Amino acid sequence: MPEEETYYGIGVSPGVAIGTGYLFRPDTTAVPQRTITAEQVEAEYARFREALDASRKQVVSIRERVAREIGEEQAKIFDFQIHIINDTHLAAEVKERLAARLQNVEVVFTESIERYIELLSDIDDELFRERRTDIRDVRDRILTNLAERRPRGIEELPFASVIVAHDIAPSDAAMMERGRVLAFATDLGGRTSHTAIVAASLGIPAVVGLHDLSLKVRSGDSLIVDGNRGIVLVNPTEETIEHYNREIFRIKVFKDELAEIREEVAITTDGHRVVLSANIELPEELENVRTNGAEGIGLYRTEFLYMSRDELPSEEEQYEAYKTIVKGLAPDPVIIRTFDLGGDKFVSHLDIPFELNPFLGWRAIRFCLERVDIFKTQLRAILRASVHGNMKLMYPMISSVDEVVSANAILDETKEELLREGVPFNERFEIGAMIEVPSAAMTADIIAREVDFFSIGTNDLIQYTLAVERTNDRIAHLYKPCHPGVLRLIKMTIDAGHEHNIWVGMCGEMAAWPAIAMLLVGMGIDELSTSPIAVPKIKKVIRSIGYADAVDLAREALNSHQAEKIAEMAAERLRRIVPELYEHELGSS
Amino acid sequence: MGKPGTTKNRKIARDICVVNTLGLHARPASLLAKLASKYRADITVRKGNDEVNAKSIMGIITLAASQDAVLHFTASGPDAEPAIAAIVELIEGKFGEE
Repeated sequence: MPEEETYYGIGVSPGVAIGTGYLFRPDTTAVPQRTITAEQVEAEYARFREALDASRKQVVSIRERVAREIGEEQAKIFDFQIHIINDTHLAAEVKERLAARLQNVEVVFTESIERYIELLSDIDDELFRERRTDIRDVRDRILTNLAERRPRGIEELPFASVIVAHDIAPSDAAMMERGRVLAFATDLGGRTSHTAIVAASLGIPAVVGLHDLSLKVRSGDSLIVDGNRGIVLVNPTEETIEHYNREIFRIKVFKDELAEIREEVAITTDGHRVVLSANIELPEELENVRTNGAEGIGLYRTEFLYMSRDELPSEEEQYEAYKTIVKGLAPDPVIIRTFDLGGDKFVSHLDIPFELNPFLGWRAIRFCLERVDIFKTQLRAILRASVHGNMKLMYPMISSVDEVVSANAILDETKEELLREGVPFNERFEIGAMIEVPSAAMTADIIAREVDFFSIGTNDLIQYTLAVERTNDRIAHLYKPCHPGVLRLIKMTIDAGHEHNIWVGMCGEMAAWPAIAMLLVGMGIDELSTSPIAVPKIKKVIRSIGYADAVDLAREALNSHQAEKIAEMAAERLRRIVPELYEHELGSS
Repeated sequence: MGKPGTTKNRKIARDICVVNTLGLHARPASLLAKLASKYRADITVRKGNDEVNAKSIMGIITLAASQDAVLHFTASGPDAEPAIAAIVELIEGKFGEE
């Protein structure tokens, strides 16, 4: 009987899995070698271009899938790979080498790319060295496409295994499915590796940085991956397995509880009703909205129609997308947000000039009010889709009431045009303003007169209020959702909305944090809209708390001076009510 | 030969210091390559003894230019001047990051 061994690494994705190990060695495509004639150079290069095109399509589709199932932030990981494929200098280099070396393209391409990998290997900075994983991922993909083989992928692994590997390519991690892959453990990688981020988002337990685990483990070994503690147990004893099984069981019981309340509404124990909706980006996500028990769509981000493509989407194309969603969810409501382009949402074909500070620049409603042609095309598509269900419209990044008035004027013009053309649309649907700029929150009482609802966008509201960009590691600690300044603006917005008899929702990430959700309910929020996978957890929170208790928490929080205290206070109170939420790391599921 | 500045294929050189915290990592490197590609001029960037094409993300990433690195840019071509000006703005503006 082999002895139990413990390996220590970094837990990058929470959760525990017990299973049979499978040693994953990505198929390092053997490079075929042959000589070519000068006349064959063109044909060989054409083959390379085709492989690039195929690779680009595959990576773009992985990117879209990740954006849809996990999130835009995680999807951005693949932008670097897309840029490598689009690197014209690299392609030109391959063409030159083909002519100089008269070898097949697999050989010269591999030589080119290996040189870059070698250069990066000598660098001390982890951030740069880590990029080799992406470059190898792209290299293997291009070689596979040159060989016209089916793209390799982790999706072909035996069902329900614990994957052990030296390293896992980001695109492989993105293709992992829960159920098929129980957990993974790798020799390389750190907390910031793309693979770690993707695994955490998928909710697959993962431990990385295990040094030489892949040399010690054989396929078929019994393994426990404990992503909470960052350890991997090889050949665990009966006792250890029993201990972990109990832990897994407790987690499962809680998850089952979440599944049971899927069809229930979000109502507090003392009868206060909150609407729970989901945020989506693509029509394909409709199913996630349903399976997670959301009551509608609180934010449909339309700018995705614009991204990863070369031309503007036509009215027809937009209409089809909006119709699919509005019709698919009817009679439940769908809030369509008009294009939020600009800022960090880079659209090359729109010719938005380079800006030093794009978050304070020409974006969202500012862009739309000037590019009326683009805005009207979208409004026409939205209006036409309005007949298919319960649709609402929302303008992003409002900073003053003038923008709402101008946008509504363009909307009215568009309605008249459709009327003249005899194109049907719904005469009356709700129009809302996104409150994500401090000035909008402070003038919410003025804006409330012009709209039917507010939806608070917290990512931008926090960034603008605290002047903190959270992706900047040096100041990320200053990004505090519970900062009294942020809470006051939220409260101000909710109160102004209610005074003018309109409802107020929230569609930012903040709504997905259990303790903060309780706080928001206490502050009087009418609707919370989160990513579909967060809906069950937030529903559990709302169905467990009493409204009176939440109001009490909100009062206490609004009288506190420090963000940390407020966050702790909220977490402490919720822990007493729903300890299961805190007993185990439940990951993102 | 015309006066400096009027010749068609001007060549300009400029040293630029990397000021953003993370240096030319994946996203800034992409932004730089994308910006450089908008110009007709040939643009190269050198760090120490390594010189790469500024339009190539693969080249840029292998420079591993971290914060405080000094990069030597040269541009030659009809639009060399605006190209360098735009690159200065991008890098000194910390890629709009901070």
